[in-house]
This record gives sequence, C-alpha cells and structure tokens, in this order.
Amino acid sequence: MSMAKQVNFGVIVFPGSNCDRDVAYVTRDLLQQPTRMVWHEESDLTDIDVVIVPGGFSYGDYLRCGAIARFSPAMQALQRHAEQGKLVLGICNGFQVLTEAGLLPGALVRNRDLHFICDRAPLRVERTDLPWTIGYQANEVITVPIAHGEGSYYADPETLAELEANHQILFRYVSGDGEMSAESNPNGSLNNIAGICNRQGNVVGMMPHPERASDPMLGGTDGLRLFQGVINSLVTTPVESSV
Amino acid sequence: MSALASAPFSVEEIASEGIKPEEYEEIVQRLGRHPNRAELGMFGVMWSEHCCYKNSRPLLKQFPTTGDRILVGPGENAGVIDLGNGDRLAFKIESHNHPSAIEPFQGAATGVGGILRDIFTMGARPIAILNSLRFGSLDEPRTRRLFSGVVAGIAHYGNCVGVPTVGGEVYFDPAYSGNPLVNAMALGLMETPEIVKSGAHGIGNPVLYVGSTTGRDGMGGASFASAELSDESMDDRPAVQVGDPFLEKSLIEACLEAFKTGAVVAAQDMGAAGITCSTAEMAAKGGVGIEFDLDKVPVRETGMVPYEYLLSESQERMLFVAHKGREQELVEIFERWGLHAVIAGQVIQEPIVRILFQGEVAAEIPATALADNTPIYHRELLKEPPEYAQKAWQWSESSLPDAALEGITVQGQVTSWNDILLQLLDSPTIASKAWVYRQYDHQVQNNTVALPGAGDAAVLRIRPQVSHHHASNSSLGVAATVDCNSRYVYLNPYEGAKATVAEAARNLSCVGADPVAVTDNLNFGSPEKAIGYWQLSEACRGLAEACRELGTPVTGGNVSLYNETLDSNGIPQPIYPTPVVGMVGIVPDIHQRSGMGWQHEGDLIYLLGIRLESRHDHPAEKHLTLGGSEYLAVVHNQIAGHPPIVDFELERRVQATCREGIRQGWIHSAHDCSEGGLAVAIAESCISSNLSASVTLPIAQPSSTQSPSPYSRWDYHLFAEGGARIVVSVAANRQDAWENFLQHRLEHNWQKLGKVGAQAGNLEILTTDGHSLINVRMTDVTQTWKDAIARRLEA
Repeated sequence: MSMAKQVNFGVIVFPGSNCDRDVAYVTRDLLQQPTRMVWHEESDLTDIDVVIVPGGFSYGDYLRCGAIARFSPAMQALQRHAEQGKLVLGICNGFQVLTEAGLLPGALVRNRDLHFICDRAPLRVERTDLPWTIGYQANEVITVPIAHGEGSYYADPETLAELEANHQILFRYVSGDGEMSAESNPNGSLNNIAGICNRQGNVVGMMPHPERASDPMLGGTDGLRLFQGVINSLVTTPVESSV
Repeated sequence: MSALASAPFSVEEIASEGIKPEEYEEIVQRLGRHPNRAELGMFGVMWSEHCCYKNSRPLLKQFPTTGDRILVGPGENAGVIDLGNGDRLAFKIESHNHPSAIEPFQGAATGVGGILRDIFTMGARPIAILNSLRFGSLDEPRTRRLFSGVVAGIAHYGNCVGVPTVGGEVYFDPAYSGNPLVNAMALGLMETPEIVKSGAHGIGNPVLYVGSTTGRDGMGGASFASAELSDESMDDRPAVQVGDPFLEKSLIEACLEAFKTGAVVAAQDMGAAGITCSTAEMAAKGGVGIEFDLDKVPVRETGMVPYEYLLSESQERMLFVAHKGREQELVEIFERWGLHAVIAGQVIQEPIVRILFQGEVAAEIPATALADNTPIYHRELLKEPPEYAQKAWQWSESSLPDAALEGITVQGQVTSWNDILLQLLDSPTIASKAWVYRQYDHQVQNNTVALPGAGDAAVLRIRPQVSHHHASNSSLGVAATVDCNSRYVYLNPYEGAKATVAEAARNLSCVGADPVAVTDNLNFGSPEKAIGYWQLSEACRGLAEACRELGTPVTGGNVSLYNETLDSNGIPQPIYPTPVVGMVGIVPDIHQRSGMGWQHEGDLIYLLGIRLESRHDHPAEKHLTLGGSEYLAVVHNQIAGHPPIVDFELERRVQATCREGIRQGWIHSAHDCSEGGLAVAIAESCISSNLSASVTLPIAQPSSTQSPSPYSRWDYHLFAEGGARIVVSVAANRQDAWENFLQHRLEHNWQKLGKVGAQAGNLEILTTDGHSLINVRMTDVTQTWKDAIARRLEA
C-alpha cells in the first residue's frame, strides 16, 4: 500500500450513479485528498489507492441492482485492485454492485415494507481494527443516513454463520442506545446487517451513506471518521480534516 | 359557406382534437386553406389551454414580473434569479394532474421528469424538488391507491435521477376525490456562463433532436390535460407517458456538458405536444422558421404517421439549435452518454414550421399561429360573488355550540379541548407527512440543510456540484416552499389567494430566508363556467396584489384548468380553486436559520402577530377567524365562513421581525400558525423537538352571559387561523433585549405566552386565571400525529 502523504481516491462513475460527486466532495474538498472520477469504460486503476463504488442506479438497475454494472471494464479492473489487497468501498448501490460482482457475499433485496426509505439510522460499529473503522470506538453507536429501496441484506445460513464467525460484519442497525431489535432494523436485513467486509477486510460494502454524514455544515459527522480512518491508516502522518 | 361545412373532417373529428368550431374557422383563415390531419392535430395541442393559456393569459398579465434579482421572467422554460456572487437559481412549478388521475405512478413520475427538464434546459443543474399534492379522503380505497401511487412515482423518478425531494405539502379533502393534484417544483443552480434560452436563430443552423426515442406514448397529452375527466378517461391511458429517470439522469449530464461547449444556440424541452410545441416555440421566439424532417427521428415503434410523430409526448427528449459546423461535438457527447443526437432539420428564414416526411411536406404552418398569436378568450366576470360564496360568508362563530372551559358540545356530546387537539393532529392534512417524505431521497447531493418536517420551508446550501476547486465553505443558502390553503380560496378566491402568498413568504421568513420570487401553478375548474372563471379571475387578482405587496415577482408557472370530474350522473364536480404558490428565498448565512422545534427547556415562547385578547380599538375578527378553518371543517364538518383577510403591513413587519430575530441569534425556533391555529402550532413545535410546553393565554374565563363576540370563545383563541402569526422561542437570558426589539418593531403585535418544558412532559394550555384548557401527555400527542396517515393506509 502507498505510504505517500496523500491517499489517491477513485470514484467509479456508471451512467446512473448519483452519489459520485457527493463522495468526491468529501474526499477531495473536505479531506483535501487527490480524487479522480473513473468513467465505467476505463480499465486502469493502478494510480488509485482506494476505489469507491458510489450510490445511485447504475445503468438504471433495470435487471437487478448492480447486475449490469459488474460487467464494465472499470469493474474488471476493480477486481484486480481488490485481489492485490487494495481498499474498495461500495456504498448503497455500490454495495449491491460488489455483491453482484462476487467481491462480497450475500445479496441486497427489497426492503421489508417494500418502500424506499430515506432516514438517519443508528449503527453499531462491530469491529475497529480495520482501516475503515479505526476512527471509531468499539461498539460505538453512530448515526448515518440511509436511502434505499433494496437494502435488506440476505445470505444463506452458512454464509451468515461464516460472516459472524469471521467478524466480517462491520455495522449493524441498532436503536439509539445500541440495542439490536426488529424495531431498530429499518429494512429487514438479516442479523441487522448494515455493512460487511470480505474475509481479508480490504473490501467493504455498506448500505448507509457515510458521505452524507461528513459535512459539519449539514449536521452530523459520524461518517467522516470512516474516510479519515482510511487516510490515517494509509499515510505516515495523520491528516486533519480541513473543516 | 363556413369553412367548417367544407372541411375535410367531420365535426366529431375536429372536436376530438379539442378544437372548437370557431377555432376551426380561425385555422382556415390563418392558413388560407383547410389543414391536413397532422396540421389539425398540431393546432389541437398548441391551442389547448395547457400550451397557449387562451383563458388565463389576460389574467396572468397583471402579475408583477420584474425586480432587482429577476434575471429571467415568464416565457422561458424556467425563471432565473440572481443569488449574488455569480450564483443564479432557476426554478419552476408544473402540474401533472390529469395523467396522475389515470395512472398515478407514471403520471407523477413524468411530472417530476418534465419539471427537471425545464430546469436543465436553461443550463442549470437541478438541486431540489418540492411537490404540492391534493387528494380526496383517505377513507376511500381509490384515494389510498392514488396517494400511494403518486408518492411512489415521485420517489421513483426523483430518487433515481439523484435530485433530492426536500419539501412540499399534502392536503386531503373530498373536493379532490376524482381529480388529485400533482404539482412538482424544481430548483436548479446555473452551471453554464450564459443562461440557455429557447429562441432559435442563425439561418442555416442545424436543429438537433436529442435524448430518447419517439413512440406513440403520451399521444395528445396536452389536449387531454385540458378536458374534464370522465369515466371514459380511463380509456385514455395511452395519453399518459412513461418515464425513464435513468435516461433523464444521463440527459442532464449530457446537456450540461453540451451547453458548456458553447456549440448550442438554443434549447427547448419536448414536453407537452412534443415535436410540435418545441419546433413552433423555438421558431416563434426567434422570429425565424424551422424545417424538420421526421425521417431523421429515432423511433421506438414502426409505422408511425406524421400525426403520431408530431403529437407524441415520449419523455426525455429535447430540441437544440446548434452552431453550424459544431454539431459533431454535440453528437459525440450524447453518444458517450448512450443517448441519441441527430441532425433533423435547420433554421430557415421564412417564419414557418415545415415538417417533412418521406420526402414530402407533411405540414406547414406559420410558427406564430401555433405558438404566439393564439386565440384568447376574454370572458365576462360575474357582477357579484356567486351564491355559494355569499351564503358561506353569512356564517359566524355564534352559530357554533357553546364553548366552555371543559370543551365543546359536538353532536350532543361534550368533547374536551384535549380530544379536539388530538382530533386535529390526527387529521391527515395536519398530521406528520413522514410516510411521504421518508420515501423520497431528501439528502442526495449533500446540501440539504434542513430535513423535511424540521422547518416551515426547505433550506439548501448553495454549492456547485461540479467542483471548480473554489472554496467550498460558502454559507449561502436558498429556501423554498409550496403553499395553498384552497379552502380559503374556495370561500373567497381573492382573499384566499392573498393568504396563500402571505403564508409562503411567512414560511420562508420562519426559516430565516428573505422571500425573493414566485412560480405559480393555477389549478382550477372549467373557465367556461361563470363560477369557474370568477374563481380564476379573482384568485389571479389576489396573487398579483400579494406578490406586489410582498415584493416577490412571478417568474413563470403553469395553468391547469378543467380540473373537474364528471360524477356518474354526468354532473361536473370542480375541485377547490387551488393556486399553488412556489416561493424561493435567500438565506444569506445558513448558520443563521431556524427550524420549527423548540431547542432548549426553559426558553420563552412568544407569539408574533395579532394578540390573543380582545382589543376594542383593534377588532381582529376579519384577520383572525374560525371561518374556513381546519377546526371548523374537521370538528364541525362545516366549510363556511369568510377566510382570514391578510393585513400586508402587519405581515411584512412580523416577517421582517422574525428574520431579524433569527439573524440576531435571539430566535431558537419559529413556526407559523396555519391550519389548526395557535394550539396546533405549539403542539407541532413540541413534537418536532421532543420537548413540552406550558402556555398561559392572557384571558380569563368569560362571564356566564354569552356575548356574541368570538373573543368569548375558547375555540377561537385556540384554533382561529390568520393574523400573520408566528410562534417563536427565545433564550430566557435574552428576554430584555428581545422584548425591547419587539416593542420597537411590532408595538403591541406580540406577546409572551409561556415556557418550553422538559422532554416527555405535558403540553399545557391554561387560562390567565389558572384553569386548564389543554393538558396532554406529549407521548400521546406525538403518537397521534405520527401514525395518522400510516394508520389510514393500513385500514
């Protein structure tokens, strides 16, 4: 991994991505890191340290969320990037794309009540030893916006058991005081799963939008610490937010 | 012999295009010959109310349309205002009522798509959507289906296209049972140096068709939208378009990129009446002609005839005029986004629209005959208000049952004020709209400062989406709201329209924004009926006066007439006249703004506007009344009385005081008193904050002798509407400075009412002599208000 003073972020842009600029606003404008928009037809990601697959409706999501996006050249390059152990984050539709691409297990299906949900969800941070989560305290409850129609995490029982056994669950939906219950589960995700990582921990997918909880001018900044954690773990000297 | 008699069409064929016999005569006179089938269809859509405002144009003329900040007024795809520092905001409202009545999901979705195109056609990136919705009673299964479908359609389109839906209003009233209203407003931030206009120019310049393909969907939607709905309208389903927000998202990016090249001369959205309208309007505005070849148009169906091409309302299409020689640059941009861009015609000297098909001229019409010099109907205004209004005005508070300390006798039973407050909070019009806005992505683009439901208007931070590496710490914001209490407008269109504008401005002032400009959506019944025209005419007079009084010019809007449904006896039932006002304002610093919820326990609660107690030197009944109130409708099932009359002087002063108080940091929360009056406003400030309140009305129990004055009634004090009222909370340690300021700015038009209480406390309203009028647990209040809509949908 790069030990430069700055972290190179890449944000993949599919036709239909709509949170790409929001992510770039956080990494480039708020955190002052070099950030490049990667058009889905590009196939060279070698200059990038952290690839983010943003939210939106890639290719209109007419077949299944993320089902077509995975065939794009940029996604083929992202596979190689991940195999090298480099960092990949899929947010919302990006999480769906990563499961369709087989980079993460399980699938995201229609929300329990069948409606799109836009809200602020309390999440419990389940693991703090990864670059993604070193900015948080163990079991800390953070509040991060959600906005999805198909965000209910599903996996077969064996996969779920493996995820639990290998501590691959990074975030769970909980109540404000950290309790896990059906009421605190907005979309019906199994085991209240809001975000997971692969076995190695370099690839993360999450339905909540950390980039929407990053700008102090808009309120909470619980999401900003995710990006700061990544930067701090990749550079020699910790970076401060410019905000 | 009349032209009609020798026409190559039957009277029915002409009528089926929405053309009246005298209009046909006019067409023949303009052309000097009979039109062919395609031309007849073109006139039909272009001379519909939707496109040419033939009934409303003389009335719209009275609106003020200019001002220091107005860069583009009515006539273009959207209005544009100057926000300062080079930032410019485009905004516009549009209705999709008729399509939504037939097919709620697609009708509402394409309504959103259409208004977004109006914004980005100007070179602005859409940054927010609001909507104003009206439905019948949720007790009817059909209304529940329409409501759920419309909300899902708006969510589908807005969420996918990546523009946050940040605000709006929803009313439920039986007047809208068969004819729901779906008005969508959009805001956009200019991204191109020049505002892109729609007038074609440059003889020989190529005309490009860009975006999606053309099919038979949405045939003749504009004329459909200008006729009353009947049971047979269900058979008009093909007139409802199908939207593709994914294509629209790509279209936004491609268009903005194309405009930035400087290769585009003019652009026009293909909305109502598709190719017909866009070619005619671009030609007429530029004083030139356009020759357009239908064979070049990418199609999604085979075997279409010119009539179908010309009247198709397939979505996500636009027309460009490009600089000659630069068309290839544009084609490449659109192809990269997976969209069509083809050269389909050219600008010509002769001011006509000439349509070619298979090598022949399929239609040839003077452009102005279609777009500019269209019929206008000056109608006769009723000499005096219609009977229904005069009768309603006879009502007075004295006809209500006695209102005692314990409550009021309704249908033989004493109902406590506690229960009445809960009943009002359970009314879907007042209740929480979280069921609606939770389905809308209201945070995408990372600029939503105030979440839906948190304040009286939406607030957005202004930040260019396409980063130019300039400082991103701008604290400039815009606020937006859509408003209309149509019951007021029904009871008195002139006064009701004034109240609508005043409320919109008040809502903006409550979040700390300076009101700047208006876009209006006139939803009315048939203007061909005396009462319908009276309502339209009087409401326009009221809107014009209020916009002038409050300094908020109108920059454009939309007219939707014939909102009537034929009942099974064939009797037309008009909706309430509903002139929805969309208003935008500037928040100079988004750190200095306010929401509706209390902030701190112990803060003091004040009422700005007309005071509670009777003052014999200032009788307030005209300005503050139960006439037309939500209380009267919900609790007493009466649509009666005279709605509150706006006092503009007081309105301006109260609003300015509120904005100033917010900027000084004195005001911690501000919420205007609208439906449900003072008691509901206080309850909502409690709900929004999870805090409670203790309020003392400066009124003692009246003597037992009943006086006819409404001042002796507790329901008047609790639930009367009007009076330019705003409920604010202020830090206790700022009391002196704040009250001095109030005295100076408002003289006697304010009073201290009480104190913000603890979490999980009670909402108490007491009389000055210590009797309790209302004392309810906040958990009950919140639960009732929160569940009202979901509970009815699950019923």
